Amino acid sequence: MSDKQQSNPQHWTRRAFLSTTGSTAAATFIAANVPLAANTSEEARMPGASGPTIEGAVPITLRINGKDRQLRIDPRTTLLDCLRESVLLTGTKKGCDHGQCGACTVHVNGRRVVSCLSLAVMHDGEEITTIEGLGTPEAMHPMQAAFLACDGYQCGYCTSGQIMSAVALLKEPCGPDDASVKELMSGNICRCGAYANIVAAVQQVRKRA
Amino acid sequence: MHAFEFLRPENAAAAITVAGQAKTAQQGADVRFVAGGTTLIDLMKLEVETPARLVDINRLPFDKIEEMPDGGLKIGATIRNSDLANHARVQRDYSVLSQAILSGASAQLRNMATTAGNLLQRTRCVYFRDTAMPCNKREPGTGCPAITGSNRTLAILGTSDHCIATNPSDMCVAMAALEATIHVEGARGARTIAFGDFHVLPGSTPHRETVLEPGDLITHVTLPPPRAGSRQVYLKLRDRASYEFALASAAVVMHLTRGTISDVRIALGGVGTKPWRSPEAEAVLAGKPASAENFRQAAEATLRNTKPQSENTFKIELAKRCLTHALQTAANG
Repeated sequence: MSDKQQSNPQHWTRRAFLSTTGSTAAATFIAANVPLAANTSEEARMPGASGPTIEGAVPITLRINGKDRQLRIDPRTTLLDCLRESVLLTGTKKGCDHGQCGACTVHVNGRRVVSCLSLAVMHDGEEITTIEGLGTPEAMHPMQAAFLACDGYQCGYCTSGQIMSAVALLKEPCGPDDASVKELMSGNICRCGAYANIVAAVQQVRKRA
Repeated sequence: MHAFEFLRPENAAAAITVAGQAKTAQQGADVRFVAGGTTLIDLMKLEVETPARLVDINRLPFDKIEEMPDGGLKIGATIRNSDLANHARVQRDYSVLSQAILSGASAQLRNMATTAGNLLQRTRCVYFRDTAMPCNKREPGTGCPAITGSNRTLAILGTSDHCIATNPSDMCVAMAALEATIHVEGARGARTIAFGDFHVLPGSTPHRETVLEPGDLITHVTLPPPRAGSRQVYLKLRDRASYEFALASAAVVMHLTRGTISDVRIALGGVGTKPWRSPEAEAVLAGKPASAENFRQAAEATLRNTKPQSENTFKIELAKRCLTHALQTAANG
C-alpha cells in the first residue's frame, strides 16, 4: 500500500481498516506499514529471521503464485494455515476448517483442493495458486470481473473460494447447462445465498471463452 | 491436533516397515498412511485419530490406471477420485463406478481423495466424530449413544448392539457391485482380498472395520474384465441435491437377454454398516423377466432383515424404492 493510499481512507482495504481500529493499532500501522502488526510481518515468519523456534519444524518450499517460498513449519500446519499465517496471504478464507464449506479452496498443481484438509508439508515442491495469484484490482482475472459484474457475492467471505473453484471448473469436464455448473460448484457454500449470481458469473465467463 | 512425526519413505517396503511397527491398523492406529487426507486430517483435527507417525504415500508409484492382460483395469492406490471417475475406460466399461464417485463429496474433495483412501473412508456418525461422547467404535466398551440418540442417517443393515454406524462411501458400493479385488502388500508379502471380504461387520468389535493388519499397504484395486452389454446404474438419494452423504443408494450391474435377467450384481449404500452387496436380490432376479414386480420382490428380499432405529425406519421403504428405481432404470437402458 502506498503512502498516498494510506492517507486516503477510501483506498484502505478492509483488513487495513480493521487493523487501525484498535486503540493502539493506528500508530503501529503507519509506522510498520504491514498488514496486521509488526510482530506478524512476513520477515518475522521467514526462515533465518529472529522469531520463536518451532519444535519439530521441517523445511519446505512451496511455489506460491509463481514465487518460491522457503518455510519452516510444524508438520501439523495445514496448507490453509500456512498460507494465511506463515505467508500472510489472507485472501484464502477459513470457514469450517473441516472440508465442508469450500471457503479455503486453492489450486495445487492447477487443480482445486480444500486447503484445510491438506498438510503444507505434503506439498513440498508443489505449485500453489491462491486468489492473490489470479489477478489484481487493476488487471482482474475474467472470473473475478464476472463476479463483480454479476454481483456474485454479498458478504464476500466465500468469494475467494468460489472464484478459485470457478476458475478450476473452466478446465474440468462440465456440461453446458446451469445444472452442471451448480453440481460442480456445490462444494462451495454461500450462506448469503448468492448462488444464482455465482452461476451467472461462471456461465458468463464460459460463454465468452 | 496431536504432534506427529512426518515421514515420506522412498519406497513401499520402507513404508510397510514403519507401519508394521504399529499396534493396530484399525481405529486409533499409532502409524497412519496419508494420501488425500480428506478423512484422516479431518479426524486428526477432531482428535478422533492421533497417530504418532504419519507416512505420506503420495510419491510412491501407485499413481497409474493400467489395462490388465485379461481386459480388466488396475487402479493405483493414490489415483484421485476425480481422475478415476473421468477416466475414459471407467466411463465406458465401469460407468457405475464413475457415476458413484461423481455423486459423492465435492469437486475439490474428489481431486484430493484417493482410491485406497475411499476404501477406508470413516463413518459420519456424529458420536464417532465427537470425543466428548461415548462411542464403541472410537473407544471400545464406552457404549453407543446413537442407538438411543440421533440415528436418522445411520444403518439399518448389518448393525449390532454395539454399533449402528453407516459406511459413507459411494465408490465402495459400485466396487462391491463390480466385484473389485483389493491388492495389499504387507509384512508377509502381497495378497489379494475380494471386495466383499474387505470390510467387516461391527459385531462386538466396531473399532475393527477392515481385515487390514499393521503394515498392510493397499497398492491397487483391480476390476474384472467388463462384459459386453452391461447396463450400469448408480442411484443416490439424499437430503440435498449435491454434496451430501446418501440416505440410500443402489448400484446395479445388469445383463439382459431378450428381456430376461441373465446376470445382475446389486449393492446398496447409506443403509449398511459396510458397503452392502445383496445376494438375496440377485437370487430373486436371476433368470427372471425384467419386470416392475420382480424388481420390487428383489428390493423386498434385500431389506427383509433390517433393524431400524428410532429415527430411521423410513430408510427401509426409501432403500426399496431406490433399488427398484435403479433396477428399472438399468432395464430401460
